[in-house]
Amino acid sequence: MSFLLTAIVMFSFWILLSGHFDPLLITLGIISSLLVAHWSHDLFLNEKEIGPGFRKAVRCIKYLPWLVWQITLANLHLIYLTLHPKMPIEPRVIRFTTELKTGFGIVALANSITLTPGTVTIKGSREEFIVHAITQAAARSLLSGEMQGRVKEVEGRDV
Amino acid sequence: MDIRTVVTAILLAVGCFLMVVACIGMVRFPDFYARCHPSGKGDTLGQMLVLVGLIIYEGFSLVSVKLLIIIAFIWIANPTATHWVMKAAYTAGLKPWQKSQSS
Repeated sequence: MSFLLTAIVMFSFWILLSGHFDPLLITLGIISSLLVAHWSHDLFLNEKEIGPGFRKAVRCIKYLPWLVWQITLANLHLIYLTLHPKMPIEPRVIRFTTELKTGFGIVALANSITLTPGTVTIKGSREEFIVHAITQAAARSLLSGEMQGRVKEVEGRDV
Repeated sequence: MDIRTVVTAILLAVGCFLMVVACIGMVRFPDFYARCHPSGKGDTLGQMLVLVGLIIYEGFSLVSVKLLIIIAFIWIANPTATHWVMKAAYTAGLKPWQKSQSS
């Protein structure tokens, strides 16, 4: 199962990147994607995780619009801070602990923090997050924990 | 003028504006940590808008799918790189700038 899925993903990626449809090249593409799948399918997909992984991907796609909106807000905020003559910033370093357990959840939260208004992740691990916030409001909105809740939803319970 | 060209022009202009603001922010902000904010955020959305503009100009083709892949890559790579640079500075013991220290 994971072998077949890997081969299909590899071949579609090959088609996308090459854009050639000659029979010879297609054959070579099929052979190379089968070889790659044969050698590395157990690295690419874990047999047990295909079902939950698929559901997780669906939840990620649901999470994306909110993230795009937050990034837009972050950039408006950044434009305001940068072009304001007095530059109203009050940088501070904040620490908080997280309830996320999986590596995927930690990475998603760390990257989301970096992309949302006024905060950048300095250090992220299961024990502790260290975040640099550029204004007090940004620090407060991060500590309210809304984003953690959303990432937790993406992470799901079936892990 | 084609509506597609207009939309592309607007997206390219907004994207370039964001990149310019990110550059100004790099110069104006007081310390290393604060400078990472514009480079991490402004570039991500700026590059995305420029590439989306090009996708709209190109229409649906193999090239636009490749541009989409580049957008996905930048969205993952840019915050990660910013994070690692800041982590390196923090580990090396660089003190963040505080408002009270300024004159």
